[in-house]
Amino acid sequence: MKYQLDFERPILELQRKLDDLKKHPEDHSLSVSFEEEVAAIEKKIEETRRQIFAHLSPWDRIKIARHPKRPFTLDYAESVFTDFSELHGDRLFADDPALVGGLAKLGEQKVLLIGTQKGRDTKENIKRNFGSAMPEGYRKALRLMKMADKFGLPIISLIDTPGAYPGIGAEERHVAEAIAVNLREMMLLEVPIVATVIGEGGSGGALGIGVADRVLILENAYYSVISPEGCAAILWKDRAAAPKAAAALRITAKDLSELGLVDEIVPEPLGGAHNNLPDMAQMLKAALITNLEALKKHTGSERLKMRYQKYRAYGRFVETQKKTAGLENGDSSTNGFPGAGAI
Amino acid sequence: MATTSFTKKTLGLENGEPAVTPPTTETQANFLKKPKLAAAPPRKRDIPEGLWTKCKKCGVMMYDKELDDNLKVCPKCQYHFPIAARERIHALVETCSFEESDASMESVDILQFTGASSYTSKLEQYKKSTKLKDAVCTGIGRMGKYRVALGVMDFGFLGGSMGSVVGERLTRLIEAATGKGLPVIIISASGGARMYEGTFSLMQLAKTCGALAYHAKAKLPYLSVLTNPTMAGVMASFAAVGDLILAEPGAMIGFAGPRVIESTTQSELPPGFQTAEFLLEHGLIDAIVPRGEMKARLCSYLEYLMVGREQLAALGG
Repeated sequence: MKYQLDFERPILELQRKLDDLKKHPEDHSLSVSFEEEVAAIEKKIEETRRQIFAHLSPWDRIKIARHPKRPFTLDYAESVFTDFSELHGDRLFADDPALVGGLAKLGEQKVLLIGTQKGRDTKENIKRNFGSAMPEGYRKALRLMKMADKFGLPIISLIDTPGAYPGIGAEERHVAEAIAVNLREMMLLEVPIVATVIGEGGSGGALGIGVADRVLILENAYYSVISPEGCAAILWKDRAAAPKAAAALRITAKDLSELGLVDEIVPEPLGGAHNNLPDMAQMLKAALITNLEALKKHTGSERLKMRYQKYRAYGRFVETQKKTAGLENGDSSTNGFPGAGAI
Repeated sequence: MATTSFTKKTLGLENGEPAVTPPTTETQANFLKKPKLAAAPPRKRDIPEGLWTKCKKCGVMMYDKELDDNLKVCPKCQYHFPIAARERIHALVETCSFEESDASMESVDILQFTGASSYTSKLEQYKKSTKLKDAVCTGIGRMGKYRVALGVMDFGFLGGSMGSVVGERLTRLIEAATGKGLPVIIISASGGARMYEGTFSLMQLAKTCGALAYHAKAKLPYLSVLTNPTMAGVMASFAAVGDLILAEPGAMIGFAGPRVIESTTQSELPPGFQTAEFLLEHGLIDAIVPRGEMKARLCSYLEYLMVGREQLAALGG
């Protein structure tokens, strides 16, 4: 049975009507021809879909972002990229199937592709931990990224995770440290990095492969410091308040773009990425190539400087007087790139 | 913190003579050890004002002043109570050497967070109760023979959560240290990133780690001290990337909360899970250091880690 979201129901009902009609052409109404009736229903489907998708709530979009039929990293590896060849293991403990990586071609450009990977069915989801990476995943990603940096391969990162895995083994092997090290090291990789949130951007687990020169987000993806359910449980004392939390946190692509926290929204085909993978892949590919080409025009050190400044600028606060201790003698190193002033 | 109700006292007596005779002469001797910190009076507990505190762990009753003078560590069982940022700074730096940075910086309700409670009212509430503007105090001070860039978090301010102000203050501190050639010491105490600032809070993880990347590139030491608790977004950023990672005894340290792990994995957590001792055994932290020894240990580590800088300076480099 086809998985459906509650707000997609009117579309699916029309679809069923259309399928029935096609199966039993003799049932069509007598006032119009069969072809006319099919066309009318198809038009109605299109209109209904447009209507529904023009008025999605933040919570609706989160449901789309979590849709089990939504394209995952490995779907894009085959549709956006060519010659994807997966590489495994962190050389310390294990290979994490929840965070995949490998060499691939984006058009003519050879790149390193990394991304979190969910499972399509229960069996695969158990293997891939529902897209929640273990420390090994982050360490594998870093190993591959450092290799890419060594050999000048740009890095494309696709993010789709509810968060890093909250498990005993993950804590015993220090998932927080693995993420933190990635945040620090990704800031120093000279090759271009383009990260795209393709589904769920779940907190530190997403950011752990998300420090980039350009951060894109698909139209129905989200990127948040905490899951709406987690936020609802803490602030509303009720996980059922997740739709409210989803709105309050301002985590949709549109919100994040307005807040200046993402660089570009990649539009999805009408009805969401799960509705049309070929078109989605084409749009994502175009966006990745455009961004990568723009980044390639800069030198490695220019990119590092811009990357640092990009993250440096995130944060909103007020201050009545600016005074950083030890810098009162006209030392302006806090305003500049620390690397420039450092020994 | 438990406070007994039967020993109510008149307010405002904490700086004067005790109204009740303390139980042992030994504790009285402790009173004389350290002058009261003028700049930062100890945080008043919410309810009710008492002279005595019961240790959460061993249950021993101790005189508040004795607890304060012992840096909020139970003299009997060494349980480490939470300690306010300013008190901790006072215990770490040389007298009058600490210059606070960015003290006027305050959080704003950028998302106009609508929910069970407003962010603005929470901020007001904690500003009042902690006399801080946000969950970290930063500045430059002297510890032993070194000037250090010191950041100290305060769990009392909205669970020590990291939003834009915590991220910005720490980033400026680290950048200043990189520019001035100073070591960085950050004492963490935090439940994680601050929900009320949404994805802005998440980006502070990358921002602080980015600043540390360049501090590390300049071959300057960064000592990270984890105190109870250091979790989630703070642990997944600056707290976890110290050249040395130290922890106070018994501190809860980890990424996911224990209840989340329990409900996700449907399994029982091992004994001592996510404590400093557990993480020492599992290879994350370099050493567990009791609060009373922290200053001496940090100074001693700096003497080793600054050797390279000093040799360079001696060569006129």
